[in-house]
Amino acid sequence: MESRLAIGKNVIRVDAHDKAAGRTKYNSDVTDPSLLHCKMIVSQYAHANIKSIDTSEAMTAPGVQRVITGEIAQGILTGTFVEDRPPLAIGKVRYHGEPIAVVIANTELEAKRGAELVKIEYEPLPVLNSPSDSMKPNAFLVHENLANYRKMKECTPQPGTNIANNVRIRKGDMIKGWEESEVIVEEYLYLPQADHIALETRSVKAEIKPDGNIIIHSSTQGPYIIRKKLSRHFNIDTGKITVHTPMVGGAFGGKAAVQLEMIAYLASKAVGGREVILINTREEDMISSPCRIGLEASVKLGATKDGKIKAAQITYLVDCGAYSDMGAVMTKSIASDCTGPYNIENVYCDSLCVYTNHPYVTSFRGFGHSEYTAAIERTIDKLAKALNMDKIQLRLKNIAIPGDTTPTCSTLTKSNIGDLKKCLETLKVKLKWEEGEKVDINKDTVKCKGISCFWKTSSTPPNAASGAIITFSPDGFAHLSIGAVELGQGTKTAMAQILAERLKVDIKRVKVSMEINTSDNPEHWKTVASSTTYMVGNAVIEAADDVICQIKDISAIVLRCSPKDLEVSGGKVFLIDNPEKWIDITEVVHGYKYPNGNSIGGQIIGRGSFIMKHLSGMDENTGRGNPGPLWTVGAQGVEVLFNKKEYSYKIINAVSVIDAGTIINPIVASGVTMGGMSMGLSLASREAFIYDNNGIILNPNLRSYKPIRVDEEPEYIIEFIETPEVDGPFGARGLGEHGLVGMPAALINCLSTAAEKDLNRFPLTPELIWKTK
Amino acid sequence: MIEFHDKSIIELYVNGDLKTVAARPADTLLFILRESLGLTGTKNSCGNGDCNSCTVLLDGWPVKSCLMLAVEAVGHEITTIEGLQDVPMQKAFVEKSAIQCGYCTPGMIINSHALTTIYPDASDEIIEEWLESNICRCTGYKEICEAVKSVINM
Ligand code: FES
Ligand code: FES
Repeated sequence: MESRLAIGKNVIRVDAHDKAAGRTKYNSDVTDPSLLHCKMIVSQYAHANIKSIDTSEAMTAPGVQRVITGEIAQGILTGTFVEDRPPLAIGKVRYHGEPIAVVIANTELEAKRGAELVKIEYEPLPVLNSPSDSMKPNAFLVHENLANYRKMKECTPQPGTNIANNVRIRKGDMIKGWEESEVIVEEYLYLPQADHIALETRSVKAEIKPDGNIIIHSSTQGPYIIRKKLSRHFNIDTGKITVHTPMVGGAFGGKAAVQLEMIAYLASKAVGGREVILINTREEDMISSPCRIGLEASVKLGATKDGKIKAAQITYLVDCGAYSDMGAVMTKSIASDCTGPYNIENVYCDSLCVYTNHPYVTSFRGFGHSEYTAAIERTIDKLAKALNMDKIQLRLKNIAIPGDTTPTCSTLTKSNIGDLKKCLETLKVKLKWEEGEKVDINKDTVKCKGISCFWKTSSTPPNAASGAIITFSPDGFAHLSIGAVELGQGTKTAMAQILAERLKVDIKRVKVSMEINTSDNPEHWKTVASSTTYMVGNAVIEAADDVICQIKDISAIVLRCSPKDLEVSGGKVFLIDNPEKWIDITEVVHGYKYPNGNSIGGQIIGRGSFIMKHLSGMDENTGRGNPGPLWTVGAQGVEVLFNKKEYSYKIINAVSVIDAGTIINPIVASGVTMGGMSMGLSLASREAFIYDNNGIILNPNLRSYKPIRVDEEPEYIIEFIETPEVDGPFGARGLGEHGLVGMPAALINCLSTAAEKDLNRFPLTPELIWKTK
Repeated sequence: MIEFHDKSIIELYVNGDLKTVAARPADTLLFILRESLGLTGTKNSCGNGDCNSCTVLLDGWPVKSCLMLAVEAVGHEITTIEGLQDVPMQKAFVEKSAIQCGYCTPGMIINSHALTTIYPDASDEIIEEWLESNICRCTGYKEICEAVKSVINM
């Protein structure tokens, strides 16, 4: 391989210095006294009719400018696949925490005081507290009007039920599959909703300028989606909307939702277009804004005696909460990869997006994959037990390899899927599998190991696109303008590396636009799905090639040769066969000036764009289609010390072996992977919304909802297998989410072995393990 | 007509400067630092004492500024992240790749810096005990611990 300048190097993040100094501005780091402050009034019930809202007292409170309620957006319903959600509740609330009204006041304190004066009279209604409750034949309907909602073509809501989307996979011949199966196992798994807990809560500023232009500042993963949604729902030209996004303080999928932006827009409109700010409190961020899906899964697998899986019948009930939003999209993504990374010829899967009276959901790192993977992997472990077969052996026997097809009948190739066999074999060594799955340490303690495989594709819309623009400063620094948001995943650094590599310059001479301005930076679909490196990276390469081409064209005239005689490297353009003859790129990037003053060329501006190719929607009846360009695969494991008397445990080691193609920045890649693993273990071991019988969430704060802290962390072992993806920039695949995906599965498998119980619920608290029969 | 509000003028000694601000008795130190003094490096994340994002130093000791009233800080020396300039801990966080989204970073650095000033030879247990107060949702804390240890071993 040719030696590389920037790719594969542990480059220090381009955003690190400012962040360490506390100088990075996040969206809510503003102190402008002219801003008006918004405070939401949110529902105290999970399901209730709103009998009346009395804003009269609040309206006259000091500093209060306006109070708005759902009436202000009468008739407007928003959503992604199904448009079912009013920006502010009208007539009815469907989840605990649902925004009902907003007080707009001169200061934060006045807004808060005003909000306390808004009186809402409710008539409580019964609640649906789990997807299986909502599926019962006599269940009431969360949305009576489902039949009349606007919906996207690829979505199939079932009016008269609580099903917002029903995605079917019908692959092969189930009768044959069961006939060939000698051993059949079944598993049910329950996973409650949880939250992203990005440390920066969501916030928005909105302003309507006198000329009608709309300016939004949002802490978001999807500035360009905000522009589209505002345009769609409020009938404004996209050209009049500008969304600004600075550095984002963690997102994990949660900031791909468009919610507060609409509320803030309505608030600004209500006060004559003045600029307003709306910042979520932690509690609002957890329950009023969307959270992570819950899942109920039933999996049935059939295999031959020697362990070849022949049939899979799967039902996934996705708890999307009260509104379908991204839940309906995740339902589809779950269906498309529903079996996990195994080659199964006969698959029957119903993936249903089910309304409940829980908070509504949005994407979460892994886009539904960590949730269903837990169900599949738990069943595979059960199958291994039934077959009396080694768990790694069984997986190796069934993993998907080039030539196989996915549940949607996409064909896997050497390039589009990574090398899972190698991942598993490496995991086996790193996890010291040969030591034994379960080893007694002393009378009460056992040391146990558990594993999981995973795969994930991007599930992007088939026309998802990105762009890149390169300009130069007079001294030859390359300035890269892109639309990808920095959430902490290191995207700006990766893009700087790709550009530096292509232009063959020191990365210090590359500057990437840090903030996004949707009117100035070329659009990037959304910064989600671990697809930014792939999509934007390819656009950057194309822009770099464009720049190189232009530089060569001008230089060829100056150096009196053909452009193909030239090479650009280290900020110079030189003749390949006579490197002594060269000019500095600073002489050409802003036009070349001859000694007599005549000039040629002009500013060099590079453009690159990328659009997904060969993707398609899924067939309504069979699920056939092509959901993503590539699959990242991996094998993960944990090792736990389990106390058999107290049912307590300590995770001591966590291992990930992931084939993410070429690794652009090893230190960032392993940091992000480790963060994903840590989040996966945290979710699996302790995180869940606790609902009471009335659907009220009892723990919407970080005192009782406790993410993992440093003292509970295991040792992390991370290995990358680098099977290059032919279409990826320098061979890279997606990576941001994957560290998380198999972790809950590995932990539940491990603890099931340790406790000698068939654990099938999350989170895996000692109490739950003790209670499980 | 002049109206009197419940605000008083207080003096806060922040990052080496004496600052005069108008504060209500109920205003938290976090609020005053961010809103009145524009020191937005100090972050609010839970507003409830659970995450340590809002940590500042009070006479060299870490405190959660969301749980402290501004008036309580009168007469004390306050240091925020903006008051640390190129201290070894900041360099260590950058070099060890201990920063992802950066939102926990000011609180982490402030706390870690105080730790290494107060306990220059802190053991791994002490480090863990101190850092337990801080939530980071992006990393697995490993690089953060490495950064702290690298300063201790300097
Ligand atoms: S904001 Fe102060 S501890 Fe969380
Ligand atoms: S770096 Fe994002 S929370 Fe710590």
